[in-house]
Amino acid sequence: MVALGKSGKLHRRELVKAVLEDRGDMLVIAGLGAPAWDITAVGDRPENLPLWGGMGGAAMIGLGLALAQPSRKVLVITGDGEMLMGVGALATIAVQRPANLSILVQDNEHYGETGMQETATKHGVDLVAMAKGAGFARTLLVTRPEEVPGLRAAIHAGGGPLFALAKIDETSLPLVLPPREGAFLQARMREAVMGPAAHLA
Amino acid sequence: MDRDAPETRPGAAEDWPDRIYDLLKLHNIRQVALVPDAGHSRLIRRCLADNTMKVVTLTTEEEGVAMLAGAWLGGDRGVLLMQSSGVGNCINMLSLSHIHRTPMPMIVTMRGDFGEFNPAQISMGNATQAVLEAMGTLVKRADTPEDIAPTVDATIRMAFNTFRPTATLIGQRIIGAKTFGKD
Repeated sequence: MVALGKSGKLHRRELVKAVLEDRGDMLVIAGLGAPAWDITAVGDRPENLPLWGGMGGAAMIGLGLALAQPSRKVLVITGDGEMLMGVGALATIAVQRPANLSILVQDNEHYGETGMQETATKHGVDLVAMAKGAGFARTLLVTRPEEVPGLRAAIHAGGGPLFALAKIDETSLPLVLPPREGAFLQARMREAVMGPAAHLA
Repeated sequence: MDRDAPETRPGAAEDWPDRIYDLLKLHNIRQVALVPDAGHSRLIRRCLADNTMKVVTLTTEEEGVAMLAGAWLGGDRGVLLMQSSGVGNCINMLSLSHIHRTPMPMIVTMRGDFGEFNPAQISMGNATQAVLEAMGTLVKRADTPEDIAPTVDATIRMAFNTFRPTATLIGQRIIGAKTFGKD
């Protein structure tokens, strides 16, 4: 069972670890900041693309990848601040209906990298409702440990697009930094998807 | 225009969008990200009619920069179509194209650079090239219909051969200024 943080909300890294368990060949995009540290803490690998910038772009990177590789599962893990910055992407993605794309927002209701200023979700903005309004047929709100296995199953099942949001503990955890050379990060994922021929494209 | 002049390609003034479409096919472009512009309307119709192209209408142009980064991760070649005003929306997202070395060809129809009617188009229209170049994009202009196909061809080739953002700016002189009924 996924542990809780000090606030009584889900522990962000335990949550990511549970979601990524037995992930197979799933491709994972992580938004800049803590989500990138979280997927790296679970284990850095070529099928991970941790972002160092491009705030607001994580979900759309997921869309481009999902459209290019319709037979592979693609998961975007990002924060509430990052999702809010690119919230129009929910409309763009919902219209495209990529069955192999899932988005998981780790909502701690704060900008964790810049001094814990409050985000709009702290003040009632409901990203799940916005995803529903955009046209996501499948949405999940996760607040309790016993709901996490269902979240994992939904992400791994396909039949998306899926928009999920987990309310998480706001505590900043020790940094676990991924490689920050972007060309390397891109090339290793391309090779994981296409083999060595990726570098001759 | 002298219709018999041998150096004039017949119909180039009208069919340049079809020549761009032909180039997208030649270069195996599979994802077309766009925010519509009147200047691109014919090309957009051609792409929408093509079942081998995934055409995605964006809510803002920076989504397209991110989307094409994802497309390239998965092995798809893409192109971003937009109006010059949309270039301003892309600035920070182009950081990703740099650090990842992502091919990022952009085809931009210009507003505000030649005979513009709308005051609001002037600032971004005249800053478009400078903004793109400030973000390290290789920018080429096409200001006659005959220039468009070779310039777009070069833009696509330089993006995919050398792994970087590139752009063709199609001048308002070709497209014509929208006059809001005040000709």
